[in-house]
Amino acid sequence: MIEEGFSQGNSLLHRLDARVKILWVVLFSVVTAVCDQWPVLTAALALALAVALALALAVAFMARVAPRELVRRLMPVNLFVIFLWLVLPFTVTGDPSFTLGPLVATRQGILYATQISVKSNAIVIALIALITSTSILTLGHAMHALRVPRKIVYLFFFTYRYIFVIYREYIRLKEAMKIRGFCPGTNLHTYKTYAYLVGMILVRSSERAERVHQAMLCRGFRGRLYSLSDFSMRTADMVWMGAMSACVVVLGLWNG
Amino acid sequence: MDNGLIIHMQGVSFAYPGRGLVLDGLDFSFHQGNRLGLMGANGSGKTTLLRLIVGLLKPLSGRIEILGRTVKEEKDFVRVRERIGLLFQDADDQLFSPTVLEDVAFGPLNLGKTREEARAVARNTLQALGLEGFEDRITHKLSGGEKRLVSLATVLAMQPDVLLLDEPTTGLDESTETRLVEILNGLDCSYLVVSHDMDFLAKTTDNIGYMSDGKLSFDEEVVPHTHIHVHPHGRYTHEHSEK
Repeated sequence: MIEEGFSQGNSLLHRLDARVKILWVVLFSVVTAVCDQWPVLTAALALALAVALALALAVAFMARVAPRELVRRLMPVNLFVIFLWLVLPFTVTGDPSFTLGPLVATRQGILYATQISVKSNAIVIALIALITSTSILTLGHAMHALRVPRKIVYLFFFTYRYIFVIYREYIRLKEAMKIRGFCPGTNLHTYKTYAYLVGMILVRSSERAERVHQAMLCRGFRGRLYSLSDFSMRTADMVWMGAMSACVVVLGLWNG
Repeated sequence: MDNGLIIHMQGVSFAYPGRGLVLDGLDFSFHQGNRLGLMGANGSGKTTLLRLIVGLLKPLSGRIEILGRTVKEEKDFVRVRERIGLLFQDADDQLFSPTVLEDVAFGPLNLGKTREEARAVARNTLQALGLEGFEDRITHKLSGGEKRLVSLATVLAMQPDVLLLDEPTTGLDESTETRLVEILNGLDCSYLVVSHDMDFLAKTTDNIGYMSDGKLSFDEEVVPHTHIHVHPHGRYTHEHSEK
């Protein structure tokens, strides 16, 4: 489920105000997403990798695991990128580069796909480096402090809290199926059973949601959640924010 | 509020859609200082009764008076819930905040306390239940027994006049159950406990009501008692009565 392996630590990156991290990642993502000059994109990727490296070095006990872990976490985004590679080189018009049967790949198409790969990886690496060094809890509170709409923050918290409960329910149902000799195969019985499983999880989750809401009502909930935590900017946070934002601004200006 | 009458139900009936009456003209009075147990077969309406009291369900007919006022609509029950706390059967329903402290402070914050006050109340409540050091624990990573005690803390932090407990001993090991007995006996609060556990009710309540045929009756002749008995597997650690 949700692992927070990177969130334990006491480096500069860990102690950084979570609001600063979120703001910087947003700034970095936007600038990287709109840049189209190769040197700028390379620099953006390097910057993201540098931040990730700082985290990997900081989480000493994970130093050896970190590169593999980083690659594992990059997998989902690169799955999408693979699909782009399957399509873009052959659909963007331009100078032909090579042919694959009846398909003609263009130089422009290949460059475009490469650009998207670099951009998305740079953004996700920066995200992993900064966001995973924060506990989910702090992240939620930081979002609240940054005036992210309350409903989104609650959704975030509730997802974090109940995904485990729902997962346990899923495991229980699956085990109950197994114990009665269920063996998944490619047949209608399997599809039907899985449909029941999914349906049952939905029903249970919805009932659970209702009970949680009732329990909240019993404790005087009137549609407002209050946060117990405060954030305070320290000099280190401001220096970091200033320096790192300057880097991003330079990237943006360089791109022209 | 004559002689401390807190809950007064008259002729209350209730049915779930598509099923017969669960409660059928039920009468029930609960006074300040009462410590009542509630037994009855599965499906006899014990949980339904608790839910009606805090307004999570609305009766088909009958009258519910709480603290001297007739309660009917959601807004009436908002006040009721500030005075009457309900401990749910499943602690996972009750604990929704990421950390223990936040969850315990949730009720006090809703009651309009400041963050500092809420934090202080939460800390004191945890301490009173012997849960010091749990403040920053992640709620979903607690053990079953810990979850139950923390849930109790979340309700007690609202400093209710009456506590409703729905099968509080389900899934608890004996040492946690003993702890729960001690906690309840040390409480300066009236309560109503639904349980199937006669030993537990005997240790924590003064009188036990029985639900059957949609009604609640208190048999004055039944006196809760503890007894020591002999049975196979007796050598394994377990508790039936004090020490």
